[in-house]
Amino acid sequence: MSSTARRYRPPAPLGGRPGARRAVRRRNLTALAFLAPALVILGLFVAWPMLSALRLSFTDASGFGREEFVGLDNYVTVFTDPDVRDAMLNTLWYTVLFTPSAVVVALLLALALNNPKLPFRAFFRTALFLPFVVSLAVAALAWSYLIDPHVGLLNHWLSGAGIRLGNVLEDPVLAMPAVALVAVWKNFGFYFVIFLAGLQDIPGSLYEAARVDGAGPWMRFTNVTIPLLSNTLAFVLIFAMIAALQAFDQIYVMTGGGPYGRTQTIVMEIYQSGFRRLEIGFASALSYVLLAVTLVLSIVQFVFFGRREKDSG
Amino acid sequence: MSAVATAPRVPVRRRRVRPSTVLLTIGLLVATAVVLLPFAIILFTAFKPVAEVNAFPPTLVPTEWTLANLERILTQLPFLRLALNSFVFAGGVTLFALVFDSLAAYALARIDFTGQRVLLITIIASLMIPFQATLIPVYQLVSELGWVNTFAGLIAPRAADAFGIFFLRQFFLALPRDLDSAARIDGASELRVFWNIVLPNAVPALLTLAIFTFVNNWNDLLWPLIFTTSRDMGTITSGLTLLTGPGGIIPYGVMMAGSLIAVFPLVIAFLLVQRRFIESIATTGIK
Repeated sequence: MSSTARRYRPPAPLGGRPGARRAVRRRNLTALAFLAPALVILGLFVAWPMLSALRLSFTDASGFGREEFVGLDNYVTVFTDPDVRDAMLNTLWYTVLFTPSAVVVALLLALALNNPKLPFRAFFRTALFLPFVVSLAVAALAWSYLIDPHVGLLNHWLSGAGIRLGNVLEDPVLAMPAVALVAVWKNFGFYFVIFLAGLQDIPGSLYEAARVDGAGPWMRFTNVTIPLLSNTLAFVLIFAMIAALQAFDQIYVMTGGGPYGRTQTIVMEIYQSGFRRLEIGFASALSYVLLAVTLVLSIVQFVFFGRREKDSG
Repeated sequence: MSAVATAPRVPVRRRRVRPSTVLLTIGLLVATAVVLLPFAIILFTAFKPVAEVNAFPPTLVPTEWTLANLERILTQLPFLRLALNSFVFAGGVTLFALVFDSLAAYALARIDFTGQRVLLITIIASLMIPFQATLIPVYQLVSELGWVNTFAGLIAPRAADAFGIFFLRQFFLALPRDLDSAARIDGASELRVFWNIVLPNAVPALLTLAIFTFVNNWNDLLWPLIFTTSRDMGTITSGLTLLTGPGGIIPYGVMMAGSLIAVFPLVIAFLLVQRRFIESIATTGIK
């Protein structure tokens, strides 16, 4: 947060101490007026719900009748119930499928586009980013049609090449890779653009120096590009992991958590327990587990970048 | 290899086009074609007759073009109503968030007040909270207010946003201070400085945040799924999922027609501002 160092400080007002104190008071009141609308919204719909969810997670709330305090029962269920454990493992598996593929695809395309001699660069950049404006729900519909076992175009083309996928979304093994693929398709463009910016920040003089020292393209990649891009890479990796933990939309559309619960994720579980089965206490406990995992990842990211800013500045 | 041999040589006088560049270009063209395939399937299927949509072997481009799917989606769902809902919801959130976020960001960037640092850290910390984690109490609150199935319920909880505040604060900080100190010496109020000097200079940042907020809300599925229970208050995104039901032949033609309507405004809006949008994502993502 190097920017806080150059925070704006208005000039000290002329005059004695009482005047200065009055000026501080006035500034505080002005600031409060500017902040009030946002603080009311964030207080009501972020801060208070955080506390409320914590309280609910220790009760048997169901939306009806009295809520009884049940201690850690909900958390015990979260960590012992086989269905919840499966949902956590599924989310982990989804994260493992999604994160590296999205990041590698984005990185490879960014490296390819970083070549200044490449024709149609602007076209490629725009086209590759385009899926990012499509909703996961619509992406899920389009991909469902493409891989439909009977009338799917992609399925037809692949079987022409000797690859028979069958009914992917009903297949316990293939369903998860399919829903992960949809998220990769939607999101890689975002990571790609961040990589592209990171690559363009690497000074050309470093490549020149490496070339003078006799480094070939591979040496230049491993000794210049990778070290200088490692911060961006770490940022994007954690960012993608956090996104993966929240997987919901395309799964809701494509499989509904099936087949046999094989694509049931944590957020699907929160949605179904909290809003369909009305096990509000349990769903709140599960929400807090999601929150805790996300927080840990964010803090890792934050500490990492805080240190990096100190190093570079 | 034959592709390289037959690839047209671009007549460049001084620099020879290297074969690796040609290969790379071909590879990228193939990758781009794969990436754009879902767009093609949405566009072409939307105009395909039902018989062709479910024909085997499947085709990409329709042999006969029809508006039947687009007509049918208007009768199967209250689609115009859903489009209006999407527009009011995403537009409303964008408008409120832009006003409230920029006001708060101004205070954080330009007014020196007691507790500024603590507040800033709190806002940054709240960036890490996934909205899915607080969904249940937010729903209970909206429900107690009687706002389920209303625009108020859809919009109010998102009328301010920690990311927007942080993003605009960073932008405001980067604006030169001379701009507003001159106005302050002339006796302008903070509101005047904010409105007449800082905001006009922050148009690129406001535009980026506006598009980002609009697209995110237009595309969101879980949010309208939770806060609207009547079909007439849903959005395009949540309405489309009503078409996928278990059993029977999946109405892909109608689904793709609906998808086309859902995606079209965003693609057009994006193509109009894409350069600036991509650049600001690239720079705000990490810096």
